[in-house]
Amino acid sequence: MLFKLIIRNAFRHKLRSLLTILGVAIAILAFGLLRTLVGLWYLGVEQSSATRLVTRNAISLVFPLPISYKDRIRQIEGVKLISYGNWFGGIYINEKNFFPNFAVEPQSYLELYPEFVLTPEQKNAFIHDQRGAVAGRKLAEKYGWKVGDTITLKGTIFPGQWTFVLRGIYRGAQKNTDETQFFFNWKYLNETMKRTVPRRADQAGFYMIGVQKPELAAQVAQAVDATFKNSLAETLTETERAFQLGFVSMTEAILIAIEIVSYVVIVIIMVVAANTMAMTARERIAEYATMKTLGFGARHIAGVIFGESVVIALIGGVIGIILTFPAAHGIQEQLSQFFPVFHVSSMTVYLDLAASLGVGITASIFPAWRGATIPIADGLRRIG
Amino acid sequence: MRSEAAEGRTVIVSIEGLSKSYRRGNQIIPVLQDVSFTIAEGEFLALMGPSGSGKSTLLNLIAGIDKVDTGSILVGGADITSLSEAELASWRAIHVGFIFQFYNLMPVLTAFENVELPLLLTGLGRKERREHVEMVLNVVGLADRMDHYPSQLSGGQQQRVAIARAIVTDPEILVADEPTGDLDRASAEDVLTLMDNLVHEFGKTIIMVTHDPRAAEKAHLIRHLEKGFLSQ
Ligand SMILES: Nc1ncnc2c1ncn2[C@@H]1O[C@H](COP(=O)(O)OP(=O)(O)OP(=O)(O)O)[C@@H](O)[C@H]1O
Ligand SMILES: [Mg+2]
Repeated sequence: MLFKLIIRNAFRHKLRSLLTILGVAIAILAFGLLRTLVGLWYLGVEQSSATRLVTRNAISLVFPLPISYKDRIRQIEGVKLISYGNWFGGIYINEKNFFPNFAVEPQSYLELYPEFVLTPEQKNAFIHDQRGAVAGRKLAEKYGWKVGDTITLKGTIFPGQWTFVLRGIYRGAQKNTDETQFFFNWKYLNETMKRTVPRRADQAGFYMIGVQKPELAAQVAQAVDATFKNSLAETLTETERAFQLGFVSMTEAILIAIEIVSYVVIVIIMVVAANTMAMTARERIAEYATMKTLGFGARHIAGVIFGESVVIALIGGVIGIILTFPAAHGIQEQLSQFFPVFHVSSMTVYLDLAASLGVGITASIFPAWRGATIPIADGLRRIG
Repeated sequence: MRSEAAEGRTVIVSIEGLSKSYRRGNQIIPVLQDVSFTIAEGEFLALMGPSGSGKSTLLNLIAGIDKVDTGSILVGGADITSLSEAELASWRAIHVGFIFQFYNLMPVLTAFENVELPLLLTGLGRKERREHVEMVLNVVGLADRMDHYPSQLSGGQQQRVAIARAIVTDPEILVADEPTGDLDRASAEDVLTLMDNLVHEFGKTIIMVTHDPRAAEKAHLIRHLEKGFLSQ
């Protein structure tokens, strides 16, 4: 019965309630999308394997390592697999078509990254074609590539026109596996360098190491770096996770800004909703005083006011959450080259719910306190 | 200050040395000064007096929705001035029914639900509540309107719903602040007749503040307040 009162009070001023609900819904939508965006940057980090290490030049990512390191690393205890590659940074037609592309040693790379799933035929074709390349499913879809197509990239770090034959299109083993990568046979890069710029031949941009067990990761990383200490090219080995974080931290400031904005949005809607609730409660003060006269206590009155505010905020919140999914889908369609996956996590949904509940509660703290404490005689006077 | 009230009937309200003032800024406005009187059980008392004389204030004090400065108010033998806020709330729920000038019904609740509201504090089951509500709506002659919202009822009908709400918990005392103040002649007449019935048939004690001489006529006893003092 008091619940009935709460619900009917909530929809007494239809327009006012609808506008408040709309405001909360939009705020929660914005909050959810911004949180998803932030989550995405870290996603690459999370999905990276704890059993994979990346070794690079200790001075900087832009300096390569001799290819001879491969065999010395393989001999270190705890190393199970080793692969290597170079960041290629090629451009497809023009700069706007950005996607990650690099040269890798095909066989070991696919072994080390089982999450990139190829059919056995495609895998075989890729490994045995010096001009072979593989693209992720989303990337291939975007440009309408089919297996067997010829694809030309314009080199930036390695100048020239580079022509590849698409030998495979991989699928991600998991929902959040990146399906926008492009990789090709390292031999093509190396043979070309041997002919054109010999001093840049036989160099790897990075080594990827698969360790036997995650517990060995730290120990192996140390052993690798110790091996090349005091050599011409010292190494820095870190887990793939840390390596990715290194990338992410470059954009840390932007991420923090986005996070702050997401909370600011919630604070703004709190203030707006609090104003509306205060106005509503002020109009009803005589009704609350009447209820008190009948014997209802401060807790009842506060409960009725809280309830109304929370009902409105939660309705807005749920609508906002529901809208987040198609909105996220739309963003993914538009920006799939930047965000291979734009997946709304359940964590975001819980945060959305908590935020809308928070809006409902904070918006009604002051009105509830006032409604509960105003002397009855004063409240009754506000009539007529 | 003798009255018929004292003659052979049980005293239900006994007021002794009651004073009340309000503070406006640093100015103190005395409203009631050393007011003493008694009300007998089954009395229909009209409180009259000019505007600002403190009638509503006195009524609120008797009904336990305002605090005295000094003096005591005994209702049914218990001193309500010593009760805490929460104790007063429970006391009101049981012993006092309220009738207001502007009815004070919840606009979002139907007549039935408005009358049911005070019963939510009693622990009665849904079925018993329904029986009580239907009974009092019959008493006020509005059983056929119980699904109407206040905005769908006339002023007189709304006031009768409010009276039903006031008596549904079966309190001994009803307080009414200008119950006919917002009604036309005919509706006012209905409401007063109804109140008269409550006194005669149900043995309620009614304390009514009014400006309306016709309303006062219905009462058994009229008391006048003049600048915070009780006269006659
Ligand atoms: N909460 C309050 N704060 C300050 N002054 C008050 C308050 N309540 C009442 N008063 C003052 O107390 C005096 C008596 O008020 P009260 O409402 O009891 O008068 P009344 O006799 O009911 O008048 P009316 O016939 O106009 O309803 C008035 O001067 C009023 O301004
Ligand atoms: Mg008055």
